[in-house]
Amino acid sequence: MELIKPGTKIQFTKYRHVAVALSSLVNLTVLIFLFIHGPNLGVDFAGGTLVQLKLQDHVAIPDVRSALGSLATGDTVIQDFGQQGFNEFLVRMEKPSVEIGTLGEQIRANLSKRFGEKGFEIRRVESVGPKVGEELRQKGMWSVIGATAMMGVYIWLRFELRFGLGAIVSLIHDALVTIGALMLAHYEFDLTIVAALLTIVGYSVNDTVIVCDRIRENMRKIKRESLESIINTSINETLSRTIITVSTAIMVLVALFFLGSAVIRPFAFALLVGFFSGVYSTIFIASPVILLWETKKRK
Amino acid sequence: MQRSVLIRTILFSIAIVVALIYLVPTFVSKDKLPSWWTSVLPTDQINLGLDLQGGSHLILTVKVDKAIENNVERVKEDLAKALRERGISGASVERQGTQIELKFPAASAEQLRGVLKGDFGNFTEVKTQTSGGTTELLLSMSKQELKSLRDYAVDQSLETIRNRIDQFGVSEPTIQREGQEDILIQLPGIQDPERAKEIIGKTALLEFKFVDDTASVEDAIRNGPPPGRQVLYGHAGKGEGGIGAEKTAYVVESPTLMTGEYIADARVRPGAQLQGPYVELILNPGGARLFEQITAANVRRRLAIVLDNRVYSAPVIQERIGGGRASITGSFTIEEARDLAIILRAGALPAPVEIAEERTVGPSLGSDSIHQGVVSFIVGSSLVILFMLIYYKGAGLLADLALIFHVLFLLAILASFKAVLTLPGIAGIVLIVGMAVDANVLINERIREELRLGKSARAAIEAGFQHALPAIIDTNVTTFLSGVILYQFGTGPIKGFAVTLCIGILTTVVTAVFMTRLYYDYSIARRRLTQISI
Repeated sequence: MELIKPGTKIQFTKYRHVAVALSSLVNLTVLIFLFIHGPNLGVDFAGGTLVQLKLQDHVAIPDVRSALGSLATGDTVIQDFGQQGFNEFLVRMEKPSVEIGTLGEQIRANLSKRFGEKGFEIRRVESVGPKVGEELRQKGMWSVIGATAMMGVYIWLRFELRFGLGAIVSLIHDALVTIGALMLAHYEFDLTIVAALLTIVGYSVNDTVIVCDRIRENMRKIKRESLESIINTSINETLSRTIITVSTAIMVLVALFFLGSAVIRPFAFALLVGFFSGVYSTIFIASPVILLWETKKRK
Repeated sequence: MQRSVLIRTILFSIAIVVALIYLVPTFVSKDKLPSWWTSVLPTDQINLGLDLQGGSHLILTVKVDKAIENNVERVKEDLAKALRERGISGASVERQGTQIELKFPAASAEQLRGVLKGDFGNFTEVKTQTSGGTTELLLSMSKQELKSLRDYAVDQSLETIRNRIDQFGVSEPTIQREGQEDILIQLPGIQDPERAKEIIGKTALLEFKFVDDTASVEDAIRNGPPPGRQVLYGHAGKGEGGIGAEKTAYVVESPTLMTGEYIADARVRPGAQLQGPYVELILNPGGARLFEQITAANVRRRLAIVLDNRVYSAPVIQERIGGGRASITGSFTIEEARDLAIILRAGALPAPVEIAEERTVGPSLGSDSIHQGVVSFIVGSSLVILFMLIYYKGAGLLADLALIFHVLFLLAILASFKAVLTLPGIAGIVLIVGMAVDANVLINERIREELRLGKSARAAIEAGFQHALPAIIDTNVTTFLSGVILYQFGTGPIKGFAVTLCIGILTTVVTAVFMTRLYYDYSIARRRLTQISI
């Protein structure tokens, strides 16, 4: 079976202006939103308390709120969680448990008044103080930035500086697209999202490596043609490989997204978006950067 | 057969057997393993993280500055006493944060400096000012001294908390220092996290103070307590009669007569009828003497038993109490009394602690997560295996076999490292399955290309591996690097993901390249390979 017929010659670089314009627009929008609205920070980064509840019988969110009584203040967010029909809820409070004191005990007391002692279960409590949240936020941001830079340096050392630059630009693109998609889907940013972003950075650079490797090989073999044509040939030659490797990753991610734990769902979502974006950015972002560098040098 | 093929086959077979042996303890419980196994072969297994088996993960911050302030306060009192004893009059000693401010008539400067040099040598003058016959001194500890005090406060807290947890009874807890002033605590499988938190987080500073019955409580609340007095509130136990006790106010004399440092043991005793249990304190000989002196000299006065600034009880001293026994009552439930006894036995924390981070997972959520993880693993890898088979046929089957060995090696290495498997770690194993075939895809695509150029099967394989290898190494190095960064950054569960990612990358390279190459070499050696199913 062959997905891409041998000898396929799509002139990818022809579309580079459209692609770069489109991607710049998308990235700019994400950046603007990040600055105006900021990402939805989970308790890991914003501090606060998250309680996952499972109720025996079906109840509506307002019922849960009223059962919590005085514990559910204005800043308390209650939402459905997990699969439908499981009666699971996430209760998010802005205060960390250190300020509320024995939060778990209070929740238990209030809920058992309404639902009975056996009618509910506190499945998870996560509480992060503001100091830790700030620290994790800083560390998370810098680790993603550091990893991106490191990938660029690695490609630079293994190939050439322009390839490294191309890789960095396309990785920034992937990270921003993923962040934008997460914001659009209303997922909260927490530690697993940082893990996802780092994985995306490490994995989507793979496509860039493969294409760069082929460009280098073809540059030695085919001396007469222009760089643009060499890039196109290289992308075409590696296209089926690129699509297949990402497809297998997508298969397991789809399984994780639909069948895995609800806690892991935002993580799987981020990886799905990031991996797709990685393929696109290698073809339409990294290559133009390499090309741009080359044409500039000639002038 | 070629020698190198034979050697590699033997090596690979040994690796598989070793991997299987390492995996047995993970899937067979330790008690069911025969004794000859446990005495010779490894019993290390993959451990479940707190997010999968349930439990509490806590990070406590020790408020070390408070410990230093307490220490300076004591020194201040000692200094004031020393000055009185030497007859230096007109001097005032105050604590300013972690420094001591000393004001005295300039005339007695020499005598005073003598006192300072003697017992208070660890304090140095950081500021000296003389005006109008009065000298002002600011005394401070050296940076090094402060650091060692901080360290001591954290280490002491750690020790005390370890004692409390040991007595509370948690199997295999982790208690360790993190960074400058944090303590990491992990309590796997704990049933009642709230209670554990109470026990761990209580400062448990026990003080005996006199109640001032001559002062009016209302006045003291409204206008502030008279000098040398303070207002403290009662403690509300959960047992009978405890409700509302926190509203009872007491005016007590500020000086502490005795603290909990003299406690040798603390036990729960059943109370008389209709009264809840109480906690009996057994004092060490020094404490017993001190307690006897205090009670003998103050019969008929009320003695407040104060724990963390809450008055538990304030009985009237009926007579001199010898024998070093005291009791704390306070409308306790049995559980409360038991917890209090644990805390008192383990001693007070040198400084208050604050919960900076808490992550608690109930056991049922953990087993749900494992179940969902297994399902997504099976479905995800079936999809990949099927796809490879359809797309690459024979070569796909080879890649699938490599994938199965990869999973085997990955789990075996995790077991031999006694690695902790977390929820993101399971996600990592699932994800790695999707990535593991990448190397095979690279090789297969390249072999196809070489075949199209008209090369023989043998030459195509040779060229395919040779050209694909640099790219395979580069791609895996980049993913591995990001895994290392993630490990540096991550906390518990995320670290689990980073570990599976990094180990998985290593095993994929071994199985996808080494194992498939071995098969092709074997076929070539047996001269069977004229056509490749790819």
